[in-house]
Amino acid sequence: MRRRGTVGGRTYEFPTLVELMARATPLRSGDVLAGCAAESAAERVAAQTVLADLPLATFLDEQVVGYDEDDVTRLVLDTHDPVAFAPVASLTVGEFRDRLLAWAAAGDETSISGLAPGLTPEMVAATSKLMRNADLVAVGRRARVVTGLRSTLGLAGRLASRLQPNHPTDDPLGVTASIVDGLLQGCGDAVIGINPATDSPARTLALLQLVDEVIGRYGIPTQSCVLAHVTTTLRALEAGAPVDLVFQSVAGTQPANRGFGVTLDLLTEARAGALALGRGTVGSNVTYFETGQGSALSADAHRGIGGRPVDQQTLEARAYGVARHFDPLIVNTVVGFIGPEYLYDGKQVLRAGLEDHFCGKLLGLPMGVDVCYTNHAEVDEDDMDSLMLLLGAAGCTFLIAVPGMDDVMLHYQSLAFSDVLTTRSVLGLRPAPEFEAWLARMDLLDDAGRVRELSADAPAARALLAAASA
Amino acid sequence: MSSALDAPLPPGDDPWAVLRAATRARVALGRAGDALPTARELEFRAAHAAARDAVHQPLDADRLRPTLGDFLEVHSAAPDRATYLQRPDLGRQLAEGTSLPRADTDLAVVVADGLSPRAVHEHAAGLVTALVERLPGWSVAPLVLAHQARVALGDAVGEALGARAVVVLIGERPGLSSADSLGVYLTWDPRPGRADSERNCVSNVRPPHGLSYAQAADTVAALLGAARELGASGVVLKDEGPALPTG
Repeated sequence: MRRRGTVGGRTYEFPTLVELMARATPLRSGDVLAGCAAESAAERVAAQTVLADLPLATFLDEQVVGYDEDDVTRLVLDTHDPVAFAPVASLTVGEFRDRLLAWAAAGDETSISGLAPGLTPEMVAATSKLMRNADLVAVGRRARVVTGLRSTLGLAGRLASRLQPNHPTDDPLGVTASIVDGLLQGCGDAVIGINPATDSPARTLALLQLVDEVIGRYGIPTQSCVLAHVTTTLRALEAGAPVDLVFQSVAGTQPANRGFGVTLDLLTEARAGALALGRGTVGSNVTYFETGQGSALSADAHRGIGGRPVDQQTLEARAYGVARHFDPLIVNTVVGFIGPEYLYDGKQVLRAGLEDHFCGKLLGLPMGVDVCYTNHAEVDEDDMDSLMLLLGAAGCTFLIAVPGMDDVMLHYQSLAFSDVLTTRSVLGLRPAPEFEAWLARMDLLDDAGRVRELSADAPAARALLAAASA
Repeated sequence: MSSALDAPLPPGDDPWAVLRAATRARVALGRAGDALPTARELEFRAAHAAARDAVHQPLDADRLRPTLGDFLEVHSAAPDRATYLQRPDLGRQLAEGTSLPRADTDLAVVVADGLSPRAVHEHAAGLVTALVERLPGWSVAPLVLAHQARVALGDAVGEALGARAVVVLIGERPGLSSADSLGVYLTWDPRPGRADSERNCVSNVRPPHGLSYAQAADTVAALLGAARELGASGVVLKDEGPALPTG
């Protein structure tokens, strides 16, 4: 349906919902590359003005990506919960933004969190396009999503971390050294998660056994994950591997997911396999998904109704529509990984990280972020610091951390273990409760609950160093 | 738990050395409060600065002429570095009005800045020499130096020159520990629209840390021979061709 908006005396026309959503999106390089970005600042505001007056319920009748062509659209609409939607069913997108901000200011987590099954990715994406960074933080921190397997994640006042001990050749001792380094700095409560250098079933099995042994030996209340393709994890399950979490990268369109080699049936099968192992102690969330703005465009799988290019932030929110179907323990966007052709500079990465966290949380996901960048983007450590602290303020479920900010396998920069400590201490946040208790048992915390600066002959350091010298 | 905590310390003066010896990852850095100590922070910045400078240093044709010999120069449709980084599509097209003389040769060689002009400055001449030495029976078009170029720009260059195959030597995305790595991409029957799956790649040419010029040239020459026999490059060639060195 054709819609018009006027700004500065000029009228702009938006032929379909696809253009309206794209033109309303804050500037980012990926939308320029796709050819769907607003052509001027005024056109962007005109689109936002039209979007603000659009009834939220429009998204139930009018699609961005077609129902018949795309299984993500079908999954979202077929599982939509009208009862959960009822409290906001009569609002426009602009009124919905105002309502969310009012609930957030009043600390009304119940009203915000209860909406999730009634919201679609497009509704949430549209709302985020009207929000400033501070709005995304204020509402994001009041969307409560609690999950668990052997640690409990998402509780108020907590910030967990994924310990990412990657190694260029998956060398067991090298991986163990990075695990020990992270544990000694209070990281790893969300997951100890390894990106394997090669996607081989034997390698995956060996890494799963390695982390399982470390977790068992020291009684660490956390879970492991080897971020292999879901079909590799299925084979590991068949081989009797200790699989805590089934991992998969997912995207917001059926062709993009096909490009990843995944179908909804495959994910259902793998989740059932992990669930059957019964490895949880405090919960039974057994999946882990990664996403990132630009993934559909990079696979040339970013088109919607009539072959029109869909903006990358709307497609990212649709990826969350896939993830939430599988009751994940954790989900994260890898926000600066994909490169400057999708998110050019620190400003764009910062905004995208906050949007992704907000949209994920509103849709009911335990949302974390890999705060990261590549060397050819206009981004540096200061940009990462700003994003990690804002995410801490936004109640982000977890952050990813690597030794010294340098992932020596994937060749990009993420946060250092110490950055997680900084975010926790600046904002008064604590690790997951079971993990915090373990840190205390290991004598890794001082009297104020801070992770100690260790000497090598401290008992915990001795014990963990022994693992790395085995 | 108490038994684990009673573990003996690893031998040696510095027990943390156990961690450092096990991986190239930046482990056991110590802390200043909840942050990195100054010296470790500055080490990281130095590595990032080298990578940033490698991306943004302009490709210097005058510097290359003494070692690379004569070459033709072309520019992609990306007018500057900022555009190049945001518009990979423009980096794959020749600038409007570009003309190249038709050579009708077996091979065209394109030296492209890619994401690390520094890699080109340091390694292109050595690799081109080593490669041409290994192809005595091949007619080779005049060398082309390409500015603000992506790999696929070689398709347009190869087609314009009338070459049966194109080899693109291109600066790879700099990592923190490798700002000067050169990649080599081979495409049989080059023309715009070729898919990445129709190319073969040899990456990490970066002596003395990565592949040597001789190692890389041996592999590329073998691939070229196989591609000529098969009349194709890419996945098909990889499957049927000789085992390729890794890394």
